Amino acid sequence: MSEITLQIDGKKVTVEKGTTILQAARSVRVPIPTLCDHEKLSPYGACRICTVETEANDRTALVAACQHPAEEGMQVRTRTEQIDRIRKVLLEQMLAHAPDSEQLMALAGIYGADRDRFEQESSFCILCGLCVRYCAEVKQKHAVGFFDRGAKREIAFIPEIAVRECWDCKECFPLCPTSALQAAYVLTEALMEPPEEPAPSCGGCAGGSCG
Amino acid sequence: MSKITSPAELEELRKKILAQRNPDKLCITLCSGSACHATGCDPVAEALAEEIEKQGVVGEVDFRRTGCHGFCEQGPILVVYPQGICYLKVKAEDVSEIISETIKEGKIIERLVYVDPNTGEKATREEDIPFYKNQQRLVLGPNRQIDPRSLEDYLAVDGYQALVKTLFELSPEEVVGEVKNAKLRGRGGAGFPSGIKWDFARNAPGEQKYVVVNCDEGDPGAYMDRSVMEGNPFAVLEGLMIGAYAIGANEGYIYVRQEYPLAVANLAIAIEKAEEAGLLGKNILGSGFDFTVKVHRGAGAFICGEETSLLNSLEGKAGEPNARPPFPATRGLWGKPTNINNVETWANIPLVINKGADYFSAIGTEGSKGTKIFSLVGKVNNTGLVEVPMGTTLRDIIFKIGGGVTGGKKFKAVQTGGPSGGCLPEDLLDTQVDFDELTRAGAMMGSGGMIVMDEDTCLVDIARYFLEFLSDESCGKCTPCREGIRQMLKILTDMTKGQGKEGDIELLQALAETTKGSSMCALGKTAPNPVLSTLTHFRAEYEAHIHDKCCPALSCKELIRFDIVAEKCKGCGACFRQCPADAITGEKKQVHIIDQEKCTRCGSCLDACPAAFGAVSKSSGQSAPSPVAEKIEA
Repeated sequence: MSEITLQIDGKKVTVEKGTTILQAARSVRVPIPTLCDHEKLSPYGACRICTVETEANDRTALVAACQHPAEEGMQVRTRTEQIDRIRKVLLEQMLAHAPDSEQLMALAGIYGADRDRFEQESSFCILCGLCVRYCAEVKQKHAVGFFDRGAKREIAFIPEIAVRECWDCKECFPLCPTSALQAAYVLTEALMEPPEEPAPSCGGCAGGSCG
Repeated sequence: MSKITSPAELEELRKKILAQRNPDKLCITLCSGSACHATGCDPVAEALAEEIEKQGVVGEVDFRRTGCHGFCEQGPILVVYPQGICYLKVKAEDVSEIISETIKEGKIIERLVYVDPNTGEKATREEDIPFYKNQQRLVLGPNRQIDPRSLEDYLAVDGYQALVKTLFELSPEEVVGEVKNAKLRGRGGAGFPSGIKWDFARNAPGEQKYVVVNCDEGDPGAYMDRSVMEGNPFAVLEGLMIGAYAIGANEGYIYVRQEYPLAVANLAIAIEKAEEAGLLGKNILGSGFDFTVKVHRGAGAFICGEETSLLNSLEGKAGEPNARPPFPATRGLWGKPTNINNVETWANIPLVINKGADYFSAIGTEGSKGTKIFSLVGKVNNTGLVEVPMGTTLRDIIFKIGGGVTGGKKFKAVQTGGPSGGCLPEDLLDTQVDFDELTRAGAMMGSGGMIVMDEDTCLVDIARYFLEFLSDESCGKCTPCREGIRQMLKILTDMTKGQGKEGDIELLQALAETTKGSSMCALGKTAPNPVLSTLTHFRAEYEAHIHDKCCPALSCKELIRFDIVAEKCKGCGACFRQCPADAITGEKKQVHIIDQEKCTRCGSCLDACPAAFGAVSKSSGQSAPSPVAEKIEA
């Protein structure tokens, strides 16, 4: 693997080619906020809170640090006035759905986000997809998924799979940055049939019709 | 057709086809694109087949159903060659006369020819009609000459000549070089130089590579790609094969909307015929080049026009974008290097190869070469497909070709670039259509949608309409696109209902900055454009909605009111009878009154009131005093 050198907020960083900007920043303890990133999952780029400014080949761009590869000679700025404005609005948009999320409120403090800037539409979910991706990529069960698209997008457990897989797993619960996941599961649980009991043995009746 | 195994055999076949065709023989062509299907070309075609037989002219006249001619406003369009007599809005009832008069006697049927609505002048031949006269139809041209389901027809207009040249005279590098030198830029929207894109895919490591046609055209009102695919599928296939040879691919996919049934059908027939003739498959024309193509029908998601979403959809996954880099040129379909171009881009390739880079790059502007097809729609007299050289001004397209605004109304704005394009006002009408010029003006080329708006159009409502479309069509994966569009749409909806607040414009700007700056794909990055461009050019209209609760265009229903002007009302009862909401009261010979609570603002009363009276007023932003019912003095 070849190595590349870049600068993040003025700090020189040398990393292997293929490293993301986020990984490179973490290696030199430059903080970049994330919400949909998880060490066990492939980068997803949904929350966009990790947006940073890059300058390479005389071009500046705003990119998601969790997905964008570090490049040789690249200058990365993790806090500019524009980036802070963008993060503030993103947080305000998410807080309209999950006003009580501690993780969001902590970030809101840093970026001056106003919880009430947008009308509350509490769905409790910010669609970071951590649960969906963890269940698919790590557990490979696909018991929870995305439904619909655009502004109507939501997460839901698939009852037929959830009834088999979820009751003794629930590893996705602590990943959720809001309380949405548990609520969705409770709702699904209410709709689920309990797992089938093993067929009772007949003990060998005379008729023998059950084989 | 038996397999053609060498260029010589292909040329022999072409000669044979041309020898059988007498250019002086009468030929009737009938436009059978989707638009003409909607206006009724099928009954005309049936009547033609019947009358040709009945009137005994079977041997004297050929009849061909072609692809879209472009002048969709006036369809079904029928042209009689060799004279080029063009009949518009043809109905089955006209057919008997067309055969007896024009075919048998050579006479023109005056009532079916074009009449200029502005000058009253008639034009008999297609090329004399201003709509066609001011165009340069390099890509759309063959549409009106050939039956899209006939390989013979395509060969008769020099079809597959570019493929022969590519496979037998040019190295893949030379093909890429030609496309680069032609400075062809992608017609799908972003305008990336095609040759450079091809080079990326060509140079990407990997044995297996793919080429893909993007026919997921989804802009409201746009149907350029649809018409090319329906009217000339062989040209798209030929372009695709040339690209495949250049980048080193042997497999191609055509992603076409399921909602384009005629395009899907014509494409399937073209592929079947090309396979039969050995123009697809193994060892094409004995060159050693193999190529197969599959059609994938998309389910109609606008986002699948974005290339990474399209590839996900092709793989059977949800149509959602991936981050770029990696670009499809290095990691595309099933992780392999892939080159995706739009239909119109592919259809330009045979032209570039046949005529050469010098010919192509001589057309257009410094930064944008060749021609561009636009779908000219909205409040314009001649709606249809327009192909013009890059650099043509918006004014020429709308007024010279489009014939100006309908109903003698005043021009207000033109929206280019589809839902995430921008609206340009009258003082920017001299902007040239060019990728960079349009972007500089605050709009964009997009794939070629062009919507003309008149003085009755409210630009705040237009921005709201496009945001509503994008809200439905966003995939919802990333926050700034999903939530940004949601919030912008709410603000705009409130404004059109008279609930706009101080600070809304600033909030729209903050939301637009976030959505534009941090969204994952081009849908989100361009989604704020309808808001930003209307804010730049029509800010006063926003302010009127917010501060005065007034819609200056008198378009937003919740902000307008209809009143009966007491001094003008004659108490005739015309409005009273037409009102579907029973909102008008009044006795005969008494001034009528509109009950604002009941009124649905449909405007029936305004239409019903005799022009001589003109007693119904439409207004916005002011509360007109209710007239007192009084008896009218006789």
